[in-house]
Amino acid sequence: MPDRADHVYLDHAASTPMRPEAIAAMAPFLADHPGNPSGGHGAARATKTALEEARETVAAVCGCRPHEVVFTGGGSEGDNLAIKGAAWAARANDPTLDSVVTSGIEHKAVLGACDRLEREGFRVVRVPANGDGVVDVDALAGVLDEHTAVVSVMLVNNETGVRQPVEEIARLVRDRAPRAVVHTDAVQAPQWLDLAAATADVSLVAISGHKFGGPKGVGALIVRDGTELVPLVEGGGHERGLRAGTQNVPGIVAIATALLVTHRRRADETARIATLRDELEAGLAAQVSGFSVNGASASRVAGILHGTFDGVEAETLLLALDQQGVMAASGSACSSGAVDPSHVLLAMGMPRERALSSVRFSLGYASTRADVDAALAIVPEVVAKLRIT
Amino acid sequence: MARVMVMMSGGVDSSVAAALLREQGHDVTGVTLKLWGGESDSGCCSVADVEDARRVAAQLDIPHYVFNFSDAFDADVVEPYVGAYAAGETPNPCVECNRTMKFGRVLERARRLDYDFVATGHHARVVMTDDGPALARAVDQAKDQSYVLYMLGADELSRTLLPVGELTKTDVREHARTLGLRTAEKRESMDVCFIKRGGREAFLGARIPRRSGAIVDEAGTVVGAHDGIDAFTIGQRRGLGVAVGERRYVTDIAVGTATVTVGPRDALLQDRLRLRDVRWSRSPHDARAMLVQSRAHGTPALAALEGDEVVFASPQPRVAPGQVVAFYDGELCCGGGIVTD
Repeated sequence: MPDRADHVYLDHAASTPMRPEAIAAMAPFLADHPGNPSGGHGAARATKTALEEARETVAAVCGCRPHEVVFTGGGSEGDNLAIKGAAWAARANDPTLDSVVTSGIEHKAVLGACDRLEREGFRVVRVPANGDGVVDVDALAGVLDEHTAVVSVMLVNNETGVRQPVEEIARLVRDRAPRAVVHTDAVQAPQWLDLAAATADVSLVAISGHKFGGPKGVGALIVRDGTELVPLVEGGGHERGLRAGTQNVPGIVAIATALLVTHRRRADETARIATLRDELEAGLAAQVSGFSVNGASASRVAGILHGTFDGVEAETLLLALDQQGVMAASGSACSSGAVDPSHVLLAMGMPRERALSSVRFSLGYASTRADVDAALAIVPEVVAKLRIT
Repeated sequence: MARVMVMMSGGVDSSVAAALLREQGHDVTGVTLKLWGGESDSGCCSVADVEDARRVAAQLDIPHYVFNFSDAFDADVVEPYVGAYAAGETPNPCVECNRTMKFGRVLERARRLDYDFVATGHHARVVMTDDGPALARAVDQAKDQSYVLYMLGADELSRTLLPVGELTKTDVREHARTLGLRTAEKRESMDVCFIKRGGREAFLGARIPRRSGAIVDEAGTVVGAHDGIDAFTIGQRRGLGVAVGERRYVTDIAVGTATVTVGPRDALLQDRLRLRDVRWSRSPHDARAMLVQSRAHGTPALAALEGDEVVFASPQPRVAPGQVVAFYDGELCCGGGIVTD
């Protein structure tokens, strides 16, 4: 076995380290400013001001107005509020709006929300993806009709990193199902794409703080004016009545700061990380036989390298890599931590056995050349070792 | 110091096994097997059990991983289990799981990953003899599980550690308490892990057609009817629904005609058992005087092994086809086989 490396973290698509600016921004709101932003005194005003400034920052980066930003407890909550909330509101207005369209490669938060709606009597259509992991737009166009209440397609796939044609989908929906609400799970996007441009025609956009240097457990859902939602959590009317509960002010200040820093550095960071990712990809392709990149001919974000190692079980490979200090991921970990064959790869038509031999290396703003060098020193050797006998 | 991969089910025995190996100075990695993707609440692989294993591993400061073997478990354990019932046998899925999963796939994966040993929390021992490593009964005779490990040969045994076999169950719990392990007081799982408590008939009913038929006595006289042979096993007394004077036991199950025969206890006795898939892990001193165990915690009976036949020194209660028998030479397990009739 090669020498063990020290903490080569290649799982930024799962979660990123917090940006120092975000940590610094949130710190005063952990102890110094205890006020509940809904209160009426000086301490409350201080946190209320910080909350609304954070909202303005998020709005500026996302290309919406401040009151269109609803802070949530993360990406899964945003997806659920968007999809269930829009479907319930549509059906309440018109019972013939009873259809939901999504794709087979969505995050489980989207698929889970759709499954719930299906059990409640909605018709749910899950459109497949092609072999490169791009949602089949023709198939999607074919199922849009006057019954379509919600269309939800992610902006960037969390496993393959493949960019999805959300702008085209939004145009199709406007033409063919004008009463439908379009939602996009943009959780993987803020580090790599200009959200304002990519989601200009989308009514609902979910993001999550910890994917771009913000904290875990805080997110935002953009709810553009004119979009009706039934809330999941009701109570004191917070967040325009769409998400009751005292706001997570430290987390919200931190996500806004992280988003702003990410936005300002995006072009530089994306270029730097794309170079590192391409080196990792080229190095693995050169040194490992039977290695193939998934989504290779599609447009992919800079940070993700998703590949299949023929004849090597991902579970075994990930354990061996972890023991060498290299941290990567496979499929979507279920709540028990077991690796299931990725529903994304299966929806792309990949055979089960190949899906179980696939690994995602994901880089982020904190990745360095040393990480890539260490991975290239370790991964090929570990793969070769596991293939013996 | 050796590299050891310990299988942690989330129970107290495997928690203490991991702790003991750590105390012995080994480089220990914990793994929990996700075996069953279906519905089960008694299961050995529920999310709560994985969490217990993970927390114990964290307490012991050892890395912990989950292996998802649910596809293989379905193919190698669950399907054969259902198939055996369909064929009228009474299989032992824990033995198949040990053979194909724990000491099959996990051992193979551990070898591939450069581990010297795998370990489990089974109450049994691996002892060194002049003929190499041998499987021996646990120190705690009442908890001995060597029976379900009878298939382990020298190759597997040379790469297996069973640390809790040296302790009584009381000592195991005491050790867990001393270390403050959260599994110290955890209840033992007694059931087949993929079947909900008491739900074998429902589990099988959903997978094999229900075969109703007659219940007859020794003379062939119909004494009742039943609505599915899967509810019966040889030697069963309860739930026969037959009202006759003395206690009746299931003495035979004819799958072809779905006929269940009941009779007095004496009718269950037999002097011979025929086996298939006999495997010897070591040569006994005298194959004509072995101790033969045919139930998980049953009392062993003196018998001679003649080819594929067990010949008891005195008549023994009948054992259902599909069940496992293990052969012992004193404390040492020498092998075993599966009952055919």
